[in-house]
Amino acid sequence: MVSKSNPTPARRRRRNRAEVKERRLTRLFLLPSLLGVAVFFVAPFGVVFYYSLIDNPISGEFAGLDNFALLLRNVAFRQAARNTAVFSGIAVPLAVVIPLLFAILLMQKLPMRSFFRTVLISPLMVPIASIVLIWEVLFHNNGVVNEWITALGGTAVDWFKSDYSQITIVLLYLWKNIGYNMILFMSALAEIPQDVLEAAQLDGAGAMRTFFRIRLPYLSSTVLFVTILSVINSFKVFREVYLLTGDYPYNALYMLQHFMNNTFRSLDYQKLSCAAILMGAVMIVIIGVLFFIDRRLGRDIEE
Amino acid sequence: MNVSRPAAYTPRHAEKGARGTMRARAVGLRAAQIAAAVFLLGISLVFLAPIVLTITNSFMSQSEIASNYGKIFTSVTTAGTYVSSKVNLKLIPDLVSFTQYSTVLLRSPEYLFKFWNSVILVVPIVVFQTLVALVASYGFARFETKFRSAVFFAYIILMLMPYQVTLVPNFLVSDFLGLLDTRWAIILPGVFSPFAVFILTKFMRRIPSAMIEAAKLDGAGEWQIFTKICAPMSKSIVASVAILVYIDYWNMVEQPLVLLRGDAQSLHPLSVFLSQINAGDAGLAFAVATIYMVIPLLLFLYCEDYLVEGVSYSGGLKG
Repeated sequence: MVSKSNPTPARRRRRNRAEVKERRLTRLFLLPSLLGVAVFFVAPFGVVFYYSLIDNPISGEFAGLDNFALLLRNVAFRQAARNTAVFSGIAVPLAVVIPLLFAILLMQKLPMRSFFRTVLISPLMVPIASIVLIWEVLFHNNGVVNEWITALGGTAVDWFKSDYSQITIVLLYLWKNIGYNMILFMSALAEIPQDVLEAAQLDGAGAMRTFFRIRLPYLSSTVLFVTILSVINSFKVFREVYLLTGDYPYNALYMLQHFMNNTFRSLDYQKLSCAAILMGAVMIVIIGVLFFIDRRLGRDIEE
Repeated sequence: MNVSRPAAYTPRHAEKGARGTMRARAVGLRAAQIAAAVFLLGISLVFLAPIVLTITNSFMSQSEIASNYGKIFTSVTTAGTYVSSKVNLKLIPDLVSFTQYSTVLLRSPEYLFKFWNSVILVVPIVVFQTLVALVASYGFARFETKFRSAVFFAYIILMLMPYQVTLVPNFLVSDFLGLLDTRWAIILPGVFSPFAVFILTKFMRRIPSAMIEAAKLDGAGEWQIFTKICAPMSKSIVASVAILVYIDYWNMVEQPLVLLRGDAQSLHPLSVFLSQINAGDAGLAFAVATIYMVIPLLLFLYCEDYLVEGVSYSGGLKG
């Protein structure tokens, strides 16, 4: 570390002992955080596992995977899972592609560039609760959007209470999340080594070709991260739905967290635990798959 | 890839008329830039509209809200107010009125209570999550043993879990410790949430080890290295992290709904309560909504660069 000359065995031992001591000391730095995480997340998660496998908390009889089977047959859970999956399926790709486009545009020499960046990021700061009023004004059955539609000769749609309802939430989700993802893409784009891009240009590669052959491979790990983040945030979209439509929204807006909240109310620990474990497992699988894809893609650049 | 190339190298066919095509290309590029700017201007207006409309609408009187928005907020309590059958989305109020604000600030203490609830939940989380994380990040970054890498990986997984997963253990432990339906049920898990640890550790790992070694040679102990070198160097990233944690919790909905039940609903922050304001008080709701979002927005105008730095650091899981 400090010197590379061969230390005598005695000296080495002394230094090792010193280093071990230091390492022990730095463990103390980890202590508060580790204790907190252990108490508030890890230990109770053990209980969650226990609850998911027993018959009921009083008898405590082992029930195997019965609870999971029961959950998977639950109509409300299936509806919520389906809705959340549909929402994520629509919203996540948009939340990756649109910010990437904006980021590329903002990396050019544009007039008012920093203004655009500020504006596109600003929704990140706004609490959803502050904005739902305007969303109601826009998408209410007697709201602005319907007025525009009828003025143009179309038929009004009850946006919050029809199969179109997810659209309003997707728009709100994109409005809120585009800024964050855009920053991530912008900083990743800024890190692409300039000489590689220049070399490609000298070789006569067009804008499209440099994008797909050079920028995109360099961005692959950022695309992965943004995708994971967007999936997590799409699981949080209950927030938007709840603030707009409350505990019992239109069927198409009944999200997993609605199911969780209602289950919390009935204190059905088995159901809650199974749902939490199932969703955790799904999350880990999604992340794992994305990582696998990223590694495959990432290999190309390193060569 | 062959990057270095003699500077004088130009393909022969490129020499002829290179200037002409370059000029044409420059003009084309300029046009494309302007088109992009116009496009972004349109997008920007759309992005700003909800914020600006909320703010301007908060300066409308209740009767103007009722006459503009007609049947949207139908349960109008003020009898005899004109309710139009049409919607009239207005950017500028007919008459700028501060009545909503005076009602909120002077005559309706319940909104101020909810605002206080938000503050008293969020401030301790921001302060202590950042502090705990700053200390822990030094521990993670100083020695990267196998054990610590494994724990850090577990933190990342935990960070990536949605509320549907983490709220169940939070609920169980709060119940066990008797914290359920108290503010602690939200504050304590918030303090130990791994997000800040994740970002700060990534920053600390980039502090050159030569600096630490030099301090060690001067006889500094671990605590001194942390307080005299690493913590001061992290000032700006700590600010970034604090902002990110703040906006996350200022917007919280899930935790209060699950962890503050029954009578404890009076402890709900404004981020939940705003949606429960009666439709008849829509005008008031606009004012409350504005007050609630103006604080983070002002913070943003001052600290945009910190925010951007923080977000950039959150990118990528590998460190």
